[in-house]
Amino acid sequence: MGRRVLITGLGTFWGGRVAQVLEARDDVDVIIGLDAMEPQVKLERTEFVRSDENYSILSRIVQATGVDTIVHTFLVVDSTQMAAKTMHEINVIGTMNLFAAASSPGSTVRDVVVKSSALIYGSSPRDPYWYREENRRTSTPRTRAERSLLEVEGYVRDFARDNPHVCVTLLRFSNVLGPDIVTPLAKALMLPLVPSVLGFDPRFQFVHEDDVVSSILFVLENEVPGVYNVAGDGQLPWSEVANIAGKRTAPMPPFGIRLATAPLRRLGLVDLPPELIDLLKYGRGVDNRRLKEAGFHYQFTSAGTVQSFAEALRLRSTVGDHHPAYEYQEDVENFFRHSPAVQRDR
Amino acid sequence: MPESQGRQVKVTQEATGREVKSASLVPLQLPPLAEEPDRLADPRRGDVDEWGRSERMRALARRIYDPVYRRWFRVGWEGLEKIPTDGGALLVANHAGAIPSDAPAIMHGIETELDRPVYGLADHFFKGAPVLGTLWARNGGVVAHPENAYRLLREQDQLVLVFPEGSKGTAKTYQERYRLRRFGRGGFIEIAMRAGVPIVPIAVMGAEESMPILFKLPTLAKVMGVPYVPVTANMLAFGPLGALAYFPAKFKIQVLDPVRFDVEPDQPRYSRSRIMDESEAIRQRIQEALYEMLRQRRSVWFG
Repeated sequence: MGRRVLITGLGTFWGGRVAQVLEARDDVDVIIGLDAMEPQVKLERTEFVRSDENYSILSRIVQATGVDTIVHTFLVVDSTQMAAKTMHEINVIGTMNLFAAASSPGSTVRDVVVKSSALIYGSSPRDPYWYREENRRTSTPRTRAERSLLEVEGYVRDFARDNPHVCVTLLRFSNVLGPDIVTPLAKALMLPLVPSVLGFDPRFQFVHEDDVVSSILFVLENEVPGVYNVAGDGQLPWSEVANIAGKRTAPMPPFGIRLATAPLRRLGLVDLPPELIDLLKYGRGVDNRRLKEAGFHYQFTSAGTVQSFAEALRLRSTVGDHHPAYEYQEDVENFFRHSPAVQRDR
Repeated sequence: MPESQGRQVKVTQEATGREVKSASLVPLQLPPLAEEPDRLADPRRGDVDEWGRSERMRALARRIYDPVYRRWFRVGWEGLEKIPTDGGALLVANHAGAIPSDAPAIMHGIETELDRPVYGLADHFFKGAPVLGTLWARNGGVVAHPENAYRLLREQDQLVLVFPEGSKGTAKTYQERYRLRRFGRGGFIEIAMRAGVPIVPIAVMGAEESMPILFKLPTLAKVMGVPYVPVTANMLAFGPLGALAYFPAKFKIQVLDPVRFDVEPDQPRYSRSRIMDESEAIRQRIQEALYEMLRQRRSVWFG
């Protein structure tokens, strides 16, 4: 019998990408995707279930489908995407409901993978230059995204302690860049002038979107319980990042940035989340060796990730978006998945 | 439906007993991989290393600083050969001068004479300061965090300079010159033990007189959010320029015999009492060396 996988956040970049890769595998019988939004990528056999943001229906789904693996990709770390309340609902309440469902009596769940973020370490001048998984953050969390992530990881820890028979893996991803994903950092690098903070040139670390997907698949295949940082090798200064992207930097004043950029935010030109401003001042590095020791191989270094992003940027500026956006249409998808008229075994 | 190898292994584990899997958030100790994967493409453009240090910038700074080092402070070394030419070592020195003049002198001397980089650990205050923080990092400044020191010493075999007195040393007024403050909480001993590297004590004479503090302005320091605001003799002598201009005190730097601890490295904890004893012993040795150097000194300006 193959695996039965539940993916939260199917509508996000990660959920969609992971589902796509899992679909190609023979040892995965069932893929169920959960989200409030429609999937952004074309999926062949993944069942999409529309839920509310905090997954109140989740325990019913887990019981009805008997999934043995949960991939929790739906944690919002970009506070510009939504209101603080929504983020709290998704991150904290959603995770709480997820683990409540997974630990209910008779639950068949045996593997849980949670996608967290290196944002949990914060960014402050006191930080070690390479955070290891067991290091405590040196600053008190100031932004909502950080606080909600800390709460989420608390739930993950509790669940792992209470359910020793479940293999729980928590992945903390560094800044993700790549040809397809849109993050606040990617948006900042796409601007004609890249924002920086006057007098600061912090070290940045990146992880390529392909490495993110393959690391999730890696921990699904190999049972590696625990916390792991996922980040490319090396760190490079922000000015060099801009240089590789072929951009000049536009320094912002070191004090009162939120105030200074308020007009730009109003115009919808630049929206820098508060956690990014700290990052542009102090940077952040995480030690990626634990996952490597577990056997994972990265495809890109930090600088290589920026290079790959820059190449995609150049291509896009010439030919536009090279792949047309996929549009989910419920009736069509249901027809292909469930109609007896569709010949599936050809 | 075909099953992957990993899945089958898991099923057998499930059949034999679930103790095999430990799901506490502590990773499994997996054996390291035998073959090293091919080196990944790393299209770097600058030479800023993972510590924020740039050798190009450092070379430029050395060129600018060299006349100051040779003509102004006329730095004289004693026992430079005691500094290891390879392998990690923790250099521990006394700290003085309102804007410390000892760190650049020690780093410059070792880097030019021994031709190996020195990383200077310092308070996070530097990293938080715009412009200054960037220049400081490019020239070898690293935030004093135990993880940073461990990585530099144990994994990268570098020379690391630390001033255990911290800002308590540089904030001393002129009356208290050459009287060493408490050596923190002995964290530098613990790091050297964990990293398995020797400690090389260094006594510096001259920095105290290069920028003596007459008195401090604690309220202004609080408002500005800096460790201390000194009023120095240099400011009285040179006016506002005195914030940067040192007096040409003659520098003498004496390297003392390295201290090795015969303890197993990489232990989670070391004996607290041993740490405090070693810390105090090193402080005493630097203090005594300083007193001896002061006994021999005929002139502040000519040595």
